[in-house]
Amino acid sequence: MTTTRRDFLTATAATAGAAMTPDLTHAHQHEHEHQVVPSDPALRVKALESLLVEKGLVDRAALDALIDAYEHKIGPRNGARVVARAWADPAYKQRLLSDADAAIAELGYGGMQGEHMVVVENTPKVHNLVVCTLCSCYPWPVLGLPPVWYKSAPYRSRSVIDPRGILGEFGLQIPENVEVRVWDSTAEIRYLVLPERPAGAEHLTEEQLASLVTRDSMIGVGNATFPEKAST
Amino acid sequence: MNGVHDMGGMQDMGPIQAEQHEPVFHETWEARVFALRRAMGAWRKWNIDASRYAVELVPPTDYLRMSYYERQFTAFLDMLVQHKFVTHAELESGVPAPGTPIATPALTIEKAHMLVAKGVPTKRDLHIAPRFQVGQRIQTRNINPLGHTRLPRYARAKSGTIESDYGVFVFPDTNAEFLGENPQHLYSVRFSARELWGKQAPAKDSVYLNLWDAYLEPA
Repeated sequence: MTTTRRDFLTATAATAGAAMTPDLTHAHQHEHEHQVVPSDPALRVKALESLLVEKGLVDRAALDALIDAYEHKIGPRNGARVVARAWADPAYKQRLLSDADAAIAELGYGGMQGEHMVVVENTPKVHNLVVCTLCSCYPWPVLGLPPVWYKSAPYRSRSVIDPRGILGEFGLQIPENVEVRVWDSTAEIRYLVLPERPAGAEHLTEEQLASLVTRDSMIGVGNATFPEKAST
Repeated sequence: MNGVHDMGGMQDMGPIQAEQHEPVFHETWEARVFALRRAMGAWRKWNIDASRYAVELVPPTDYLRMSYYERQFTAFLDMLVQHKFVTHAELESGVPAPGTPIATPALTIEKAHMLVAKGVPTKRDLHIAPRFQVGQRIQTRNINPLGHTRLPRYARAKSGTIESDYGVFVFPDTNAEFLGENPQHLYSVRFSARELWGKQAPAKDSVYLNLWDAYLEPA
């Protein structure tokens, strides 16, 4: 068991600051040809976790609690409730646009990577789009952890220079007379887009309204729509 | 540092590949990396700016080839060694060095819940005069620091307008290298798409960035 763990961590050390590539793994394998060197990051991460736990540096229960929070408790349904409240309650909407932290806290949300929130409103004349070109900043308390495409080079690079092209790839055609505003999250301010309420939703309850709000509409790469319209 | 992480404005990175019904984590190890980084961050040996800088220091060819969590893991290992949480010998042996005192974890389950609920605010309640007023025209500085900065290349030496003043925040350029928080006003600055990308850009469109006093000069 110890031998196996050493292998994982040696591979880990060899790749610290470099890539976890098959090439490096193979290079390592030449030094220890009698051993099977794992190339799977799963094994390397597991070995590192064991070392940190043995040194008393981390508590596995705390790790589990963090993961559980973002896998099961915090996600775009939170943001959807904020948006639905804003659609249903004009006074709440005003508070949300003028002091987002306090308004979002009214619904019980807030915290890590959403310490300083700003909400930007889509209107018939303005369409907002949120990106982080330098890393992958994203409003976790209201949207959860970002999808892979948000963290990817294509989105991070082109959102600022060709937002209409990016929106087209998501199926959104923005008319020429609508102003596109891109929000590059270069600091600790986190942005949530307040999408337009779809026509025909006036009679819906807040809960029903929330079901129309997609994650993408709160990033700005989609619109809030009725599901049947979304599929056509 | 003018690194590959500063990708705003590049055009050759391919199409967006959105996954339907994407899981929060694709692999268990990604979740463990996510949590381990926060749990070790609770020792407060580094800060969010230093951890971003560590990712930026992943060599460029690796940075572009790696997945998000591979980059995070690689940078995390560097930070663990740099801040003496583990030694290279321990990484090689896989076990704590003989005689190493056993620590008590900084992040307990209670503190984990607190971290999720409260985060780590970087706004500072300090009375520091802003250098600029809302509505004022500014010019971004043409800087090319070798260290960490949050002024992207595409927005250097450009003219914009102060749209709002968010108050006083920690300044990443110094904080990332443990040279102090250097708190100062942070603004939302509007740049027309044409100022950034030329006259082929749509006339009405704009890009807003969050920029600190130190990045700006009066127009």
